[in-house]
Amino acid sequence: MAAAVRISLLVLLLLGPGGWGQAEPPRDSLREELVITPLPSGDVAATFQFRTRWESGGGQPWGQGVSHYRLFPKALGQLISKYSLRELHLSLTQGFWRTRYWGTPFLQAPSGAELWAWFQDTVTDVDESWKELSNVLSGIFCASLNFIDSTNTVTPTASFKPLGLANGTDHSFLRYAVLPREVVCTENLTPWKKLLPCSSKAGLSVLLKADRLFHTSYHSQAVHIRPVCRNAHCTSVSWELRQTLSVVFDAFVTGQGKKDWSLFRMFSRTLTEPCPLASESRVYVDITSYGQDNETLEVYPPPLTTYQDVILGSRKTYAVYDLLDAAVVSNSRSLNVQLKWKRPPENGYIHYQPAQDRMQPHLLEMLIQLPANSVTKVSIQFERALLKWTEYTPDPNHGFYVSPSVLSALVPSVVAAKPADWEESPLFNSLFPVSDSSSYFVRLYTEPLLVSLPTPDFSMPYNVVCLTCTVVAVCYGSFYNLLTRTFQIEEPRKGGLARRLANLIRRARGVPLL
Amino acid sequence: MGLLSDPVRRRALARLVLRLNAPLCVLSYVAGIAWFLALAFPPLTQRTYMSENAMGSTMVEEQFAGGDRARSLARDFAAHRRKSGALPVAWLERTMRSVGLEVYTQSFSRKLPFPDETHERYMVSGINVYGILRAPRAASTESLVLTVPCGPDSTNSQAVGLMLALAAHFRGQIYWAKDIIFLVTEHDLLGTEAWLEAYHDVNVTGMQSSPLQGRAGAIQAAVALELSSDVVTSLDVAVEGLNGQLPNLDLLNLFQTFCQKGGLLCTLQGKLQPQDWTSIDGPLQSVQTLLLMVLQQASGRPHGAHGLFLRYRVEALTLRGINSFRQYKYDLVAVGKALEGMFRKLNHLLERLHQSFFFYLLPALSRFVSIGLYMPAAGFLLLVLGLKALELWMQLHEAGVGPEEAGGTSGSSPPHPPTQGVGLASLMAPLLVSQAMGLAVYILPVLGQHVAAQHFPVAEAEAVVLTLLAIYAAGLALPHNTHWVVSTQAPDRGWMALKLVALIYLALQLACITLTNFSLGFLLAASMVPAAAVTKPSGPRPLYAALLVLTSPAATLLGSLFLWRELQEAPLSLAEGWQLFLAALAQGVLEHHTYGSLLFPLLALGLYPCWLLFWNVLFWK
Repeated sequence: MAAAVRISLLVLLLLGPGGWGQAEPPRDSLREELVITPLPSGDVAATFQFRTRWESGGGQPWGQGVSHYRLFPKALGQLISKYSLRELHLSLTQGFWRTRYWGTPFLQAPSGAELWAWFQDTVTDVDESWKELSNVLSGIFCASLNFIDSTNTVTPTASFKPLGLANGTDHSFLRYAVLPREVVCTENLTPWKKLLPCSSKAGLSVLLKADRLFHTSYHSQAVHIRPVCRNAHCTSVSWELRQTLSVVFDAFVTGQGKKDWSLFRMFSRTLTEPCPLASESRVYVDITSYGQDNETLEVYPPPLTTYQDVILGSRKTYAVYDLLDAAVVSNSRSLNVQLKWKRPPENGYIHYQPAQDRMQPHLLEMLIQLPANSVTKVSIQFERALLKWTEYTPDPNHGFYVSPSVLSALVPSVVAAKPADWEESPLFNSLFPVSDSSSYFVRLYTEPLLVSLPTPDFSMPYNVVCLTCTVVAVCYGSFYNLLTRTFQIEEPRKGGLARRLANLIRRARGVPLL
Repeated sequence: MGLLSDPVRRRALARLVLRLNAPLCVLSYVAGIAWFLALAFPPLTQRTYMSENAMGSTMVEEQFAGGDRARSLARDFAAHRRKSGALPVAWLERTMRSVGLEVYTQSFSRKLPFPDETHERYMVSGINVYGILRAPRAASTESLVLTVPCGPDSTNSQAVGLMLALAAHFRGQIYWAKDIIFLVTEHDLLGTEAWLEAYHDVNVTGMQSSPLQGRAGAIQAAVALELSSDVVTSLDVAVEGLNGQLPNLDLLNLFQTFCQKGGLLCTLQGKLQPQDWTSIDGPLQSVQTLLLMVLQQASGRPHGAHGLFLRYRVEALTLRGINSFRQYKYDLVAVGKALEGMFRKLNHLLERLHQSFFFYLLPALSRFVSIGLYMPAAGFLLLVLGLKALELWMQLHEAGVGPEEAGGTSGSSPPHPPTQGVGLASLMAPLLVSQAMGLAVYILPVLGQHVAAQHFPVAEAEAVVLTLLAIYAAGLALPHNTHWVVSTQAPDRGWMALKLVALIYLALQLACITLTNFSLGFLLAASMVPAAAVTKPSGPRPLYAALLVLTSPAATLLGSLFLWRELQEAPLSLAEGWQLFLAALAQGVLEHHTYGSLLFPLLALGLYPCWLLFWNVLFWK
């Protein structure tokens, strides 16, 4: 192992200068990072982040009309220019991040597919662009994003601010949609991996083996595109593509009750060489509870450096492996931030946009300040309505899914973080922009809700309806007849034809009839 | 319909109905009873079959081998329970956490409307403990429940042990697509009710409970387990739920599949499946099973903790381990394997169980009668009421038209509207008075229990039952007291009109009951219809009175109790029967208040007033 570290270090040293010459500063750059966090429940979370920066278009701020691609995937670059995107966030998730047991995530995503995008203010028809965008993305990521339409798209006004550089936030350029039923599988992972400059050939991405990643309790992969400052003075803008992938390994099942883990046991791969295109490639292992608990914690190989910072409101220590290698760590305990709410306060911002049936969904946004250690319950009263007869699901149906709700919060930090250089800090700490050091941003999602309608076997009611209609149609007239009329016996008339003829003649003569 | 619009033929038909009314009624009644008994015989019973695709064809291999673990957990549980005298919550939490579940507790309390003497409880407070096995890569949208109700009289420690051992085994498997909730409830059904209400965030029975911290989406199916011995000779399955609701037949089929696969001895209503259907013995035995099921379903009480799940449209059943004197015994591994198989197949479900029957009767575990085949039995019984009502209608009609219409001479004047001469006002009084009597039976016993307990040397529970019976019996004196309001013009037509109204009222009620709970409807129809049909204020009045009293709702309940114990081969003596009857009344009232069982209000507010109308008819002056 140690030998491998040294060799690959050497490789990087050799490749580093050779990769992109000394003459001009690196135009595009790739940073990759893996954070391994032993969770309070004993499970292990692994978060991959790959950041590709694209120094597009020289002086042009929004990278219009640029066609030179080096590390940045062309498919996404063209997407940005074609639909005039300002930001794009797509996540595909299977499973549910259990905050109570796993602690606060770096980046949570709702179960299923979530897509939100900010368009530039030059876009005239946002809805049209949004529709086309979701269809294109559906093709790129082999996901059913083409099912996004007006019925599940909303325009939030308070949440989902731009994460990148933004001048002005006019919410009419924001679109947000969730497909809770979307299932994530290998076919979505493969195109996601293909966007990486090294694909899955070298670097951290060799760990991305589908059979292990889909053998986990939680799997979430995401793509975030946003504009960021190119330098500290923000004189020019470059595009940033972040590809993140979080998985949670069930230590209980895989470890036969023991909480030890190793990279090989989790991914059935070890790291051998870095991605030659990467300017930085690191593995962080959370060793915060080192020496605090009775359970001892040993990382093997011993880390060369450690990194300390305030992450999500508490001080954490990470063992840093500058690129590669397996480490063996046993259990650790870390923070478990719990959020409990009580009674919504009187003043706050409430934005409610009622649904139009089959046109747009309900949107309820509330900006509330929560007292500490309280429980808040938000309940919504609704009326039941009947579906149109064509809208009933086919007989083998699973029910209707209601999208998870979103909670975005600025949580006061227990420990004050020292202002760090944004560019230098690890990737897992720099996705959400932080205004000051006294608080940190979290976004949490609730579980989706499965509502099963009490629909019976539909062939039966149709039969019943047909039969009842027939019976009613046949019987109703007769019964109505019977009930509303009175019947009398009339004497049969005698002399039918002759009498009628005689009457005819009498009527012609004007004499009383017979 | 042309038949009816032709006056001549209509008159002929009317005469036929009038003349042949009695034989037709008898024939219809006999046909109804005979049809019902024939339900146990092969052409009307069908073999059960699995309808649900996801559970049918796929095979699963059961690997559960934690018999020893289950036994030691059961011993620990029993020891802790003895030590603490209540549910050992801390031990359960610790054990569940150690097998890798997310553990939550829920505390609840409930003050019963009056002390429950059967279970010896009044102010109840307890704690439910449940652990959730989270399915990997699932967003907690669906779940299955395995519940063990622990009560003061049923410790169920082996069930708790087996459940925990199963949880440990399940936790190590990777194939779960639905979360599994392992629930231990205290105070058996009260705890289950509290948990279910909190899970669905409703409050229907006035239960006070803390909100649940952990949820796992829509519950797809639930299995309740009751085991009180380390070995069992057979497993009994109970399906009847609250108000006679039944789970989807596929759930029962699933249980039966694993009974057969594991070679387990499985019983229904404590009766073994008849072996040969060719001779008379098989069907006779299945008649007994069928009658037991009908009695059980008609009672409307949940026959196990599963019965409360059915209200929330969660398919559920109860498995009960029976340890009798039979030679061959099965250990916990066999039971655990059957449960493992069931949960694995339920895990395969892609949609809610909906394919198979929801309305059925079971003459044996592997035979069922579908709703289309058993409904005619009740239909025939209700036809008697219809025929009688028709006869009365025609008699009233002809009495109003007068002799010249009956003589068949041509009359130019239209026939009078029939009941106009009777006057609805004279009917209103008995109707209102008997309905008020029903209301008194419904409200007063519970409301006046303290007053009664103060003035008489009885406990509250006894006071409720005795007040109930007293008001019930007081209703019998009504006809003598209501006559001063009833005008006595046209006395004959008065009782006819009243009986007509009563017949239609009874027929409507029974039809509605039959649609929702066939067993109850059929039992009530079989007992009440003959007396209702023959009652009239002339003829052998004492005989009619005796018949009416014997078929009143309360007497039907008493008779059903005797029949039930007779079929269970534990016959009752008269004194025991009376005690059981009093206990059943108290339970009925209590279950209405604690679980929302509908039998008591149905009898008190619907059928008892209706029966009083017939009593009024009998003593019409």
